Amino acid sequence: MEIGKKLKKIKFSSGVKKLSRYRRHRFAGPALLVVALISLGATFQVASALPSTTKMETTAQSTLIEEGKRIFAQGCSSCHGLNAEGGGIAPSLIGVGAASVDFQVGTGRMPMADMSQQAMRKTPIYNAEQTAALAAYVASLAPGPDVINEAQLTYERDGNTAQGGELFRTNCAMCHNFAGQGGALTQGKYAPTLMGVDARHIYEAMITGPQSMPVFSDKTITPEEKLSIIKWIKAAENEPNLGGASLGRVGPVTEGLLVWSLGLGLLIGIAVWLTAKAR
Amino acid sequence: MSKAERIGGNVASYVDDRTGAAKWLRKNLTKVFPDHWSFMLGEIVLYSFIILLLSGTFLTFWFDPSQRDVIYQGSYEPLKNIEMSASYASTLHISFDVRGGLLMRQIHHWAALIFMAGMIAHLMRVFFTGAFRKPREANWLIGIGLVTLGIVEGFLGYSLPDDLLSGTGIRIAEAIIQALPVVGTYLSFFAFGGAFPGHVFIPRIFTVHVLLLPGIFLALITIHLMLVWYQKHTQYPGPGRTEKNVVGYPLMPIYMAKAGGFFFIVFGITAFLGAVASINPIWLYGPYNPGQISAGSQPDFYMGWLDGLVRMAPPIETHAFGHTISWNILIPGLIIPGVLFTLMALYPFIESWMTGDKSEHHLLDRPRNNPNRTALGAMSLAFMLVILINGGNDVIATHFDLTINQIMWFTRIGVLVIPPITFVIAKRICLSLQRADREKVLHGRETGRLVMLPHGEFIEVHEELTPAQKFTLTQHEQGTALEVPNVDTNGVLNPQGLKGKLRARFSQAHVEQISAPTETEAKALEGGHH
Ligand code: HEC
Ligand code: HEC
Ligand code: HEM
Repeated sequence: MEIGKKLKKIKFSSGVKKLSRYRRHRFAGPALLVVALISLGATFQVASALPSTTKMETTAQSTLIEEGKRIFAQGCSSCHGLNAEGGGIAPSLIGVGAASVDFQVGTGRMPMADMSQQAMRKTPIYNAEQTAALAAYVASLAPGPDVINEAQLTYERDGNTAQGGELFRTNCAMCHNFAGQGGALTQGKYAPTLMGVDARHIYEAMITGPQSMPVFSDKTITPEEKLSIIKWIKAAENEPNLGGASLGRVGPVTEGLLVWSLGLGLLIGIAVWLTAKAR
Repeated sequence: MSKAERIGGNVASYVDDRTGAAKWLRKNLTKVFPDHWSFMLGEIVLYSFIILLLSGTFLTFWFDPSQRDVIYQGSYEPLKNIEMSASYASTLHISFDVRGGLLMRQIHHWAALIFMAGMIAHLMRVFFTGAFRKPREANWLIGIGLVTLGIVEGFLGYSLPDDLLSGTGIRIAEAIIQALPVVGTYLSFFAFGGAFPGHVFIPRIFTVHVLLLPGIFLALITIHLMLVWYQKHTQYPGPGRTEKNVVGYPLMPIYMAKAGGFFFIVFGITAFLGAVASINPIWLYGPYNPGQISAGSQPDFYMGWLDGLVRMAPPIETHAFGHTISWNILIPGLIIPGVLFTLMALYPFIESWMTGDKSEHHLLDRPRNNPNRTALGAMSLAFMLVILINGGNDVIATHFDLTINQIMWFTRIGVLVIPPITFVIAKRICLSLQRADREKVLHGRETGRLVMLPHGEFIEVHEELTPAQKFTLTQHEQGTALEVPNVDTNGVLNPQGLKGKLRARFSQAHVEQISAPTETEAKALEGGHH
């Protein structure tokens, strides 16, 4: 609806996605590379000064990164470039963080199968370890949002369903529909349904803002509020159909179809039967 | 005679002596109604209106039409402690804490949809059969009034709960009001008692929804039915049916029994829908908040075409004298609907002007026997359907893997192209059906039975129609076109030349028919090879 468009415009111009805009800047790659190198150097300085247990962890971490780099070269570099610096068809991944990789690979969006409007959710082709390796590799290039681990997902305990509903309707319903069933955006893009999405991926979607979705930083929506939103989505998933068949929870379109087909169809059928001449 | 019968008889004759009721009753109870399924569409509408009155009354017992802020404390967990208006909270209360409340809400809303859908189907039957012709123009006009008010009544009804979806609808209505040049802002200020959403709108539309409009409906429906009564019902052509009689069943007892039974069937189907299919699940939409909106917000279907028009309008605005005129809302939101409904209301008069036909009609047309009218109707339906599709463009996009832009452009072009094409196709179909009728009368019905003649030739057996069937297929009048009055009696160019020509052109289009076989043609064939 008209108003929907306006609201969306306001959302985007309010700078929620400022970071991601710079991400595609011409100098973003080199600049981030410098930052990455400095921080890598710093990490080494710190690591070499630490006692041996941490050293072992670091070794484990670096083999993970090595593993990730190997998988990346096989499965991702054709689009994202050998060093994830980006290419003609895919953006640079330097600085997108482990969360973005975990979300994109964990929901099966990456590696992208065909260059359609939007990377689609599929059955993931990498298992949990491989995904973690990829995430570690991309995170090692430059700092970014970290993977959300289970310990952080205390939405059952810390979330508030009703408040989450309010937040959802304010921040998400304009794209994902009032019941999280998804909706169409312009130019063939769409916001997918949120039913059946892992809590971890919901959280990561909010902090990384995949594709046309804005980033919801911890300033816009606090971590507790994010947990409330997740709790509400999970409640919506399990919401019983209180009024009978749900008709897809998409609003009056299916109701209109049903009344013209089944409702009027039955009534006219009976009228024909009632007036049929007894032969 | 038993005692009870005697008392009954005495009471009856007491009343009759003073009112003459017996004669009146005898006359009216034996009034004859023709029988056809399409004549029951009006009844469907009438019965769903009664269901609306009953279920609506139930809802008013608990509904609180107020925009006062309350904190929800009812039994629906996902909204607990949320701030909302009293009208939204009371609708939740009816849904979850009043016994049978949700069922009643759903029955009320399904009945409203059946009411509107039935009314449109009834209108189509009246249109395509020419039942609106003299002397029934008044009833047609009342009908158009009822459809218009029905749309308004439905819109106000689903706006009452003050949920996120209906609030979005009111917001758009406000935008349409504001798009009126000069007065728009004042009108909107008046309706909302200040700035949107304000605190008076819901209480006001409540009064209109439950009192004012139902009152007007009752009055109009009463006049509508009285007119059907006094003008008598039309009938389809057939043997023994003329412009002067009505063939059918007496009101009492046959028609009444059928109609009474039908009321319970309509009620049963509405209750069935209310019990098994969710409608307007406002608890999922959440309370209205001007800062929120949901993807895929849609109005009910009888408003959907309007929404579709507004959505397809290109963004055009002009600024003049400190006012902004939003043509993109004004044209699709007010001007086009206004023109459409005016044309529809005036159609009986337009048709009689085009054809020059001023006589009374009590026999209906079979739609094929008036190709031009049928094609005009099909064209209008095609137009409505195309814009209705655009009204649901976002939902259609997600469910059929299309893009909103594709649907938008398809409907923008389609709305100009598809109706004329529909007109031509519908007219051709009518004419070929007429041709088929003519064949049937002249050569009988194809039975599909093949017979081998002694010399080996195969022929298909054609079964001759009964005289009654022949009559039904040939009885219709086929008018002649009006003359082009381009020169008046003195040989001077007619001052009304253009108008006259136009009229003659329309009239020609209207009489384009396959001529029905005449009696001599039929006779000649009979003598020949049967
Ligand atoms: C067929 C090409 C292709 C392949 C293969 C591919 N990607 Fe992508 N990837 C893309 C495109 C295109 C985008 C940008 C999508 C968009 O934003 O519209 C993208 C986006 C991403 C993003 C999101 C970046 C951001 O801005 O947040 C991540 C993370 C990502 N890819 C990781 C991977 C990983 C890991 C692999 C290997 C497992 C991979 N991709 C394989 C094409 C590809
Ligand atoms: C401007 C529109 C928009 C808004 C607002 C928005 N999203 Fe999204 N969202 C999208 C789009 C588009 C995608 C698909 C991205 C992709 O396919 O990579 C998406 C994807 C997601 C996914 C991934 C779903 C899946 O199938 O894996 C989740 C989870 C999600 N959004 C949650 C949210 C939440 C929670 C909010 C509110 C805080 C929100 N979104 C707000 C547009 C939006
Ligand atoms: C509240 C809505 C309405 C109700 C309750 C209603 C009810 C009825 C009923 C019961 C009949 C007789 C049976 C029949 O022919 O179906 C009738 C006839 C008629 N109606 Fe309606 N109607 C409504 C709306 C309309 C509309 C929208 C139109 C057209 C614009 C219309 C035009 C007519 C006409 C012209 C007749 C006479 C038909 C004939 O004699 O063949 N009515 N109506």
